[in-house]
Amino acid sequence: MSHAVAGKNYLNESSGLWSWLTTLDHKRIGIMYFVSVMFFFLIGGIMALLLRLELFSSNAQEGISFLSSLPNVIKGDANPADLYNRIMTYHGAIMVFMVIVPGIPAILGNFFLPLQIGAKDVAFPRLNLLSWYCLMAGAIMAFATLFLNKVDTGWTFYTPYSIRTGASVVLMVLAVFIMGMSSILTGLNFIVTVHKLRCPGMTMYRIPLFVWALYSTAIIQVLATPILAITLLLLAMERVFGIGIFDPKLGGDPVLFQHFFWFYSHPAVYIMILPAMGVISELMTTFTKKTIFGYTAIAYSSLGIAAVSFFVWGHHLFVSGQSEVAGIVFSFLTMLVGVPTAIKMFNWLATMYRGSIEFTAPMLYALGFLFLFAIGGVTGIMLAVVPVDVHFHDTYFVVAHFHYVMVGGTLMSIMGGFYYWFPKMFGKMYNMTMAIWSWVFIFIGFNVTFFPQFILGAKGMPRRYFDYIPEYEQLNRISTIGSWLIATGFVIGLIAMIRAITKGEKAPDNPWGGKTLEWTTSTPPPHDNFTNEPTVTAGPYEYK
Amino acid sequence: MALWMFLNQALAGAFMPEQGTQIAKEVDNLYGFLLVVSFISCAILIGGMIYFAIKYKRKSQSDKTPYITHDTRLEILWSVIPLIIFLVVFAWGWTIYHDMRAMPENALEIHVTGKQWAWTVEYKNGVKSTDLVVPVNKDIKIILASEDVIHSFYVPSFRIKQDAVPGRYTTLWFRAEKMGEFYAFCTEFCGTNHSGMVARVKVVTQEEFDKWLVDESEIGLLPLAQRGAKYFQTRACASCHNVDNAAVKVGPSLFKKFGTEGVFGDGSVSKFDENYVRQSILEPQAKIVKGFPKPSPMPSYQGQLSESELSALIEYIKGLK
Ligand code: HEC
Ligand SMILES: [Cu+2]
Ligand SMILES: [Cu+2]
Repeated sequence: MSHAVAGKNYLNESSGLWSWLTTLDHKRIGIMYFVSVMFFFLIGGIMALLLRLELFSSNAQEGISFLSSLPNVIKGDANPADLYNRIMTYHGAIMVFMVIVPGIPAILGNFFLPLQIGAKDVAFPRLNLLSWYCLMAGAIMAFATLFLNKVDTGWTFYTPYSIRTGASVVLMVLAVFIMGMSSILTGLNFIVTVHKLRCPGMTMYRIPLFVWALYSTAIIQVLATPILAITLLLLAMERVFGIGIFDPKLGGDPVLFQHFFWFYSHPAVYIMILPAMGVISELMTTFTKKTIFGYTAIAYSSLGIAAVSFFVWGHHLFVSGQSEVAGIVFSFLTMLVGVPTAIKMFNWLATMYRGSIEFTAPMLYALGFLFLFAIGGVTGIMLAVVPVDVHFHDTYFVVAHFHYVMVGGTLMSIMGGFYYWFPKMFGKMYNMTMAIWSWVFIFIGFNVTFFPQFILGAKGMPRRYFDYIPEYEQLNRISTIGSWLIATGFVIGLIAMIRAITKGEKAPDNPWGGKTLEWTTSTPPPHDNFTNEPTVTAGPYEYK
Repeated sequence: MALWMFLNQALAGAFMPEQGTQIAKEVDNLYGFLLVVSFISCAILIGGMIYFAIKYKRKSQSDKTPYITHDTRLEILWSVIPLIIFLVVFAWGWTIYHDMRAMPENALEIHVTGKQWAWTVEYKNGVKSTDLVVPVNKDIKIILASEDVIHSFYVPSFRIKQDAVPGRYTTLWFRAEKMGEFYAFCTEFCGTNHSGMVARVKVVTQEEFDKWLVDESEIGLLPLAQRGAKYFQTRACASCHNVDNAAVKVGPSLFKKFGTEGVFGDGSVSKFDENYVRQSILEPQAKIVKGFPKPSPMPSYQGQLSESELSALIEYIKGLK
């Protein structure tokens, strides 16, 4: 091991593909996650564009459909409705299980959690590498189903449809099962790392808020993911052995599956959003050059959200036939999650008060997050009100809502975090103008795509529709055009990244004036993160 | 206060489908209130953000900022105010939900069954239909069931929705106050033609309704081909087959098919005659038309059609010219 030899860093410390595939360095593993997740995002994104193209016109009368005009190599012999349903399924499954869930913890968390608490690595480096391989194994299995019988159940795998359909559901749910392992292992690793590897002086109340958010997330990952795993195993067993737990023909209860599924998948929503909130806290203080407002409130609201998130799953089942009492109770509990979320939003706003705000690309993403998440949040409250949800449930209103929180929230903050830490990760600076233009396209395109979907949903257009009645056409057209703006934005961003990595200027150690520990080490960081173990004497955001 | 009422009224029903029931009006009132409150909250948050962003834009790299760590009073304020708003809308929602779920007594009961991919409506006197025909201003109780997977019965104009779950009954009720035709969608993903699983709700006067029920139950007296045309609708054949042009839906068009030569996936051919149509309906998997997936998505009607119904269908298909 070369300790702080001049010019050596984690990137050039050893070379060759093999040195990457067998690396135990959390930073390299973070980069490997980055490359793989971006690849999945590309595929899921192309699928989204295809879906929107199909929805550009209502084809009920003419019998024309974009998907059926695709060349045969792509569409095979499927009829366009089946093709749509499959693409819809893969878009959802890829974006949820392979992009948004692993996104921030596995990429940015892996890279920066140890750096931010002054540790050399995570607690279990080998387990960390194993979790990357789990994600890869799961991904390969999931993509393998594309060459067998393509799955058409939607990412939620609702029974009994998922029991009856001819698709490769078993392989697909096993893939998700293995990807879940990856999530559990990452969570476990982070919990132990936060408890055991903090550098001298780094008390729990001095750890950065990003770490608090990852820590709360890790708790959900470890507690909730096994439930998804068991649910999916039961589904696989139902299909293979007919054990009769979900299949009504065998005396099973199909709604039980929904309870199990959402018992994981609602907390999973917070696996997706809590780390995003952590990133926003970091961006807010650095780019306002001001200490965070309400450190304790933000930290505890993360834990609060994590705790309450386990008791609200029933808000996905208001019209499933669950009892009215259950509906009322779940509506009430869901309202409670709104409170810590509101607290965070106001704390960020207060952080901006009398700050010194710099409009860099990462800060624009943070502001974009606040904007979109506010809309996602208030529409979430509307959906928690039972009689209103009875109307909105399974319509485009819900589609718009969760894109506002998951894309407007999580994806915006992945991008923001990425532009923030990019110089530290790669040692190169990107072209700020290009990065800002990319943001402009993504932000405007996002609203053009998804805002009309709220109106479509209010007007009653159900989700997962391959075709719709003509009166919904105009808003669908606007939405499709928006999707092209988003795509343009991402292409500009990608070019900016590639140009930065190939011929960007060398980045300084601390380009933004950040106060957390990762900015005190050299850029890119050495293999062991710090030349001398840091010692901490104050809180994380001391802008005095 | 007057302004508030005005805003609320203006927003209630904004972007919503027309209000076909009293419940729809109640839901829209609450929704209008939610819109106003949401708009104000977003204005505070987003407006505040934009205001601060402009006002406190960085002037120089050496800017100094005050060291403000927290403010307990403010923090309590912005926890408690949202909480109160949430509790208000929760309670308001509860009362409406109560009305929505309290089944009226003496309602007219109608069975609606979901099946991939059509709704079947059955009345007490045995009449079957694909449309839900109901009298105006009368309490209607729908008893939902499913023959295969989960579907969800949704009438946007009535603001009602309920899943149809195989293996159990679920219910919903409404009282239509507007005459006319409304859409009923399926909102739980149920496979290939999920988006085509659309029925009509026809709200008519009591007299029209009574007459319709009688007419429908006398269908047995009609000529064979006309009965066939009815069954073609009520048995949902029409959701998968076109009959007046050659375009493919889920299944092939049946227009001008009778008497032609059919080609199958395995390359064999067969004459499109009475026995072939019979086999197509009772054993759709036996011969799959070229270009369609195997297994065929067409459900088997074995045991569900009487001989006379079958003959009527065949006569009807024969006459599609
Ligand atoms: C779920 C959709 C669906 C429904 C409902 C349906 N069919 Fe079909 N039908 C198909 C498909 C797909 C095919 C072509 C594949 C095959 O041969 O099974 C087909 C084939 C046929 C054929 C053979 C057509 C040919 O060109 O050779 C006939 C006749 C037919 N259906 C009649 C009916 C009748 C009558 C009903 C109602 C009692 C009905 N179908 C209901 C989907 C459907
Ligand atoms: Cu949820
Ligand atoms: Cu459906």
